[in-house]
Amino acid sequence: MKKWNSYIIILLTFIYTSCSNESVETYVSTPSPLEIPQLFEARILNPIIPNDNPQTTEGIALGKKLFFDPILSGNNSQACADCHAPENAFSDSDRFSDGIDGSLGNRNSMPLFNLAWNYDEKFFWDGNTFSLEHQAFVPVSDLTEMASDWQDVEEKLQQHLEYPNLFNLAFGTSKIDSVKVTKALAQFQRTLISSNSKFDKFLLGEAVLTPEEQNGFNVFMDENRGDCFHCHGSESNPLWTDNIFHNNGLDKTFTDLGLGAVTGDPADNGKFKSPSLRNLAFTAPYMHDGRFATLEEVINHYSEGLKNSSTIDPLMKKVNQGGVQLSMQDKADLKSFLLSLSDYEFINNSAFSNP
Amino acid sequence: MNKLTSIFLLILAVFVSCDTDNDDTISNAKMAFNFSHTWDGTPVTNSDFNDLKFTNANGETLSIERLRYLISDITFTSLNGETLKVNGYNLVDVTNNEDLTFEPITFIPAGTYTNVSFIFGFKNEDNIHNAYQDLNSISWSVPTMLGGGYHYMQLDGKFVNSSNTEQGYNFHAIRAVDNPGNRPTFPQNTFITVNLGSVNISGNSTFNIEMNIAEWFKNPNRWDLNQLNQGLMPNSMAQIMMFENGQNVFNLISIE
Repeated sequence: MKKWNSYIIILLTFIYTSCSNESVETYVSTPSPLEIPQLFEARILNPIIPNDNPQTTEGIALGKKLFFDPILSGNNSQACADCHAPENAFSDSDRFSDGIDGSLGNRNSMPLFNLAWNYDEKFFWDGNTFSLEHQAFVPVSDLTEMASDWQDVEEKLQQHLEYPNLFNLAFGTSKIDSVKVTKALAQFQRTLISSNSKFDKFLLGEAVLTPEEQNGFNVFMDENRGDCFHCHGSESNPLWTDNIFHNNGLDKTFTDLGLGAVTGDPADNGKFKSPSLRNLAFTAPYMHDGRFATLEEVINHYSEGLKNSSTIDPLMKKVNQGGVQLSMQDKADLKSFLLSLSDYEFINNSAFSNP
Repeated sequence: MNKLTSIFLLILAVFVSCDTDNDDTISNAKMAFNFSHTWDGTPVTNSDFNDLKFTNANGETLSIERLRYLISDITFTSLNGETLKVNGYNLVDVTNNEDLTFEPITFIPAGTYTNVSFIFGFKNEDNIHNAYQDLNSISWSVPTMLGGGYHYMQLDGKFVNSSNTEQGYNFHAIRAVDNPGNRPTFPQNTFITVNLGSVNISGNSTFNIEMNIAEWFKNPNRWDLNQLNQGLMPNSMAQIMMFENGQNVFNLISIE
């Protein structure tokens, strides 16, 4: 009996010891989950947050500092924010952005907000890059943009007085690499949530639309007038985009193939992502190539400026007449409604401005 | 030794309790509903899209660029008339070759059923505006001025019109509506109940269901795309014609 008791004690001691916690301390940054706006929570699916890059206070702060820091560019002259300015809803008021050597791109800088709700995770006008983390790799090394070598960027950050510690706080290591840079940038960009336009407040019962804005919304939703909702959504979807690629009748022939250059499928030629209609008050010029300086030009395009081509989206109405033929009143009201989707709190949010 | 015997018996009991069941029959079966598509018998997939390769009953040449539709309310009716409903709905997205197979989580007891049916679209009581986050997220909603709720189908493409010019069409099926605005009225139901007939379920089963896309343009209403091509959502007559033509669009091909 005594012998059995000894065996059991030894066995239990072994099991207990093997199950006890390791005494090695591991650093954990502070979780900072996205604050999901009420309308988003109620109406659409949850945002996409990768398992290997959760939102943390330290990661977001690091991403913000990197976003506004020209250290990411080849000659330390240009930050992400230079072409994605907060006052322009993180877009560029220039038609084409100039790189560090003055060379121009061929597309208008996309505004940045509500990116965590891009469910297909295809980024850029032509969807050429999957995931926000991968997206951040591109402009840093693009020769017409920041023109950096990623190894140089890593070295510059590693030699910096502050960054090694900030990376340590964000990721538990002061060893800096490009993956962590893009993870931090993605964390910051996911916090850029726009949800406080006048129309949002109208939907929440906190604001009243003018008669012009209300009629403009009706034009937007009427399949026989604007029919904008099939691509840009409705009050059911606070994103105001389908994040899908369409040829919206800008050209008869294409100098920029858009999605077609990515997929290699001629049926995709001339297709570009539908941009969100939020924040149009700040994001001129419009279209993938910034060809329209004003909202009036945009509305006129859909009303009477459509150009036919083999890949024009069948959702484009009355193409042989040039478009949906809106009245002057409907055009003006549609513009009023579109501007009601602009979020002044978003562009003035100090959490998003240069630290 | 008694203790050793006890431990042995305990281990044996645990081992036996973990053995797999070896029943000969499955009392609750898992269902799958697989949707395929043809144009009058010729298989159609998204690789056939964007090409003016189809001819409808009215003689118009057309292409398909987008096809997605909603099915819901799958119902098994037993011999004694009781109905067993499968939870959930499914958006069949032919354009992206996604969700062509719906595998609901509801299990069905083995046995004979006098009918299996599903709804093309939503029944009115399920067609609740803003109720489904996944459908809102893909902009599947119908404007509130048209009664709200959701599309039943989006079939988009181009056809060669009577002027020999390519023109877009939007064959969008919704609940038929009159008097668009704040107080729309609904002349008749236009969701479609698709009856697949009697079935005997003895185990996990896959229902192979086929949509003949050509049928939408054929019977009983020979569809003239020159007359009815866009702006069909606020057109209750067009919606009712779609409802009528949709009665024989789906067929049960096999059960595996």
